[in-house]
Amino acid sequence: MMKSFRGGVHPNDSKSYTASKPIETAPLPDKAIIPVRQHIGAPCSPIVAKGDLVKKGQLIATTDAFVSGNVHASISGKVIDVGDYPHPVFGTCLAIVVENDGKDEWVEGIPLKRDWQDLDTDSINKIIREAGIVGMGGATFPTHVKMAVPKDKKAEAFILNAAECEPYLTADHRMMLEQSDRIVTGVKIAMKALGVTKGYVGIEDNKPDAIEAMKKAFSGTGVEVVGLPTKYPQGAEKMLIKVLTGKEVPSGGLPLEVGVVVANVGTAAAICDAVTQGLPLIQRVTTISGKAIKEPKNILVRVGTTFEDAINFCGGFASTPEKIISGGPMMGMAEPSIDLPIIKGVSGILAMAEGESNTGTESSCIRCGRCLNACPMGLNPSMFSILGERGHFEEAVQDFNLLDCVECGSCVYVCPAKRNIVQYVKYCKAQNAAKKAAGK
Amino acid sequence: MAEVKSNKELFNVSVSPHIRSKESVSKIMWTVNICLAPAALFGAYYFGLNAILILVAGVVSAVFFEWAVQKIRKKPVTVKDGSAFLTGLLLAMCLPPTLPWWMTIVGSFIAIVIAKHAMGGLGSNIFNPAHIGRAALMVSWPVAMTTWSKMTTAADVVSSATPLNVLKMQGHEALIDTFGNASNMYQALFLGTRNGCIGETCTVLLVLGGLFLIYKKYINWQVPVVMIGTVGILTWIFGGLVDPAGSLGFFAGDPLFHIMAGGLIIGAFFMATDMVTIPMTIKGQIIFAAGAGVMTVMIRLLGGYPEGVCYSILLMNCLTPLIDRFCQPKKFGARG
Repeated sequence: MMKSFRGGVHPNDSKSYTASKPIETAPLPDKAIIPVRQHIGAPCSPIVAKGDLVKKGQLIATTDAFVSGNVHASISGKVIDVGDYPHPVFGTCLAIVVENDGKDEWVEGIPLKRDWQDLDTDSINKIIREAGIVGMGGATFPTHVKMAVPKDKKAEAFILNAAECEPYLTADHRMMLEQSDRIVTGVKIAMKALGVTKGYVGIEDNKPDAIEAMKKAFSGTGVEVVGLPTKYPQGAEKMLIKVLTGKEVPSGGLPLEVGVVVANVGTAAAICDAVTQGLPLIQRVTTISGKAIKEPKNILVRVGTTFEDAINFCGGFASTPEKIISGGPMMGMAEPSIDLPIIKGVSGILAMAEGESNTGTESSCIRCGRCLNACPMGLNPSMFSILGERGHFEEAVQDFNLLDCVECGSCVYVCPAKRNIVQYVKYCKAQNAAKKAAGK
Repeated sequence: MAEVKSNKELFNVSVSPHIRSKESVSKIMWTVNICLAPAALFGAYYFGLNAILILVAGVVSAVFFEWAVQKIRKKPVTVKDGSAFLTGLLLAMCLPPTLPWWMTIVGSFIAIVIAKHAMGGLGSNIFNPAHIGRAALMVSWPVAMTTWSKMTTAADVVSSATPLNVLKMQGHEALIDTFGNASNMYQALFLGTRNGCIGETCTVLLVLGGLFLIYKKYINWQVPVVMIGTVGILTWIFGGLVDPAGSLGFFAGDPLFHIMAGGLIIGAFFMATDMVTIPMTIKGQIIFAAGAGVMTVMIRLLGGYPEGVCYSILLMNCLTPLIDRFCQPKKFGARG
């Protein structure tokens, strides 16, 4: 019997739309809108100006701040604007717009051939930082920060997060089937940089073909490929670590406190490209799906391509969508329009048809306790919604551990009263942060 | 092909998650109603016309009062969710079949208007509304509330007392005499062919309804098991001590009788599991159920009333916020 974590839910995985569709390469966009902030941390500053000519892979925005991620041109051409543009996460953000010259030329010096076996930890981490690699599962935490093990901590194991527990999304699934070499190399490089010999690959057992492919690809490497029970949020970092290693990351702590570093499938592949070929992160595999998409696909797409271009590549809309979601349906963000650039963290674009996204009408909490049973973090979500509704965010933080909430949405999924608990949690967290900032 | 939205048009941007389970409040409430229905129908059949009038009056007036309160408060009308129907049904099922039917409407007014909406409406009420309605009728018309159907018992005696009443007043031997013998008594208690409140008598149908709710995961099995178990064990140990015909000593009580007589079965499966008024965690619910069981036994054996399920659940409802405070779930990664 496979170990599991407490709580969780079983939504319909809706992966059949795209699970068997090989990755297709999307055409280059006429212009790429490349935001200077595609990650958690400090925004970069543009180092090119309107009118400059740039080549693919050229650094166009950077910063000295450690917690940040470099931004590179994803196509070659002319910078036609540097200004505020709509952004899928931050609303609006400074972006560099590159007009495609159709040549798709790499900047000088790449791709190169580099033997990663000769590199030491510092040089690998430096390459990862320069390549602008961030967590591609959606959280976009800069990877070089994750890889930098503080002196008082010791990494003991590396975990490849291949759970892909969000319904609809199949990008990681397809990468595991089609690009196992890149993934294996990326994992080996990460393990070398961390100085660990223990590695795990965690895959939900609704992807038996991927488990098999990974087992084959990782045979003889000492990396353990583990099929995990299909239960959302299996891919949440803390749940994944608990199931694979039995360790609980302490409340408020990072995985390194239990000696673990976790990275997503796409991130591992990006590490491989950066270290072996010197390629910066300028493209990603993403799933375009939902009932309102005519031909759902997994596509390889350049950063800065708009949602609209990507959707058009998938045949456009089959019906007028009610919702456009960047990411999965459980934690993804509903977007107001499709006039948005795809950034490094966009793991999927879902166009939900009328009725496909059934959020229901909110009514009073009847204290049924389903949310307590669903919460993987052992919290009492009902109190977040009740206190949040009344603006009592301090009580929610102090008495009910609001800050431990990972906003996975399991509570909302099971709530018979259709309470928008995650919305109240986000509200309380923002209020709490504002109060803290004001207090300083 | 449908027209593609232009970039200028805006989509729905509600916060995640964007998919929800099919569970809903009205689905839960109507399922509970359906699970109660067989026992209520049995009561209507067994006790006759006045019982039917009480059941109808209870349900109709409860739904009407809910509608009226929501209209007056200018709140969305939610009578279709089945919760007012459930309150009315539960109230009527816990009333004696001989009660003047219009009193049901008074009880239902108190249940819906005072116990439910004055406390803030569905989800905010501290006490089980149906039990508050019953308790209010009990203090308002104590005679009517303790007058029972006249029915011919096995011993050809016309009796108008509930089995618990007979036990309290005359003792265990006299109790068995009214049914002829012990196995007749247990059979009557199991099938519901005995005196009592309209919907509380038919043990078998109530248990079947309750088991379906457990199967649907609408209630936790721990609650009825712990409450019924507590009553069974305590009445077995102490029940014989207080027999009016003289103490029978320890371990001489009749647990099976105490479990099936009175309102314990309907209380344990349908009242002590009312999610609004009980603790939210399993641990809390077990404490609640055990407490309700202890108080039921104390009232039955030591108190002035023959039956104590209603008051014991109301008393435990008071403690629910306190129990909730001490039974919060253990958070993931708690230090130390």
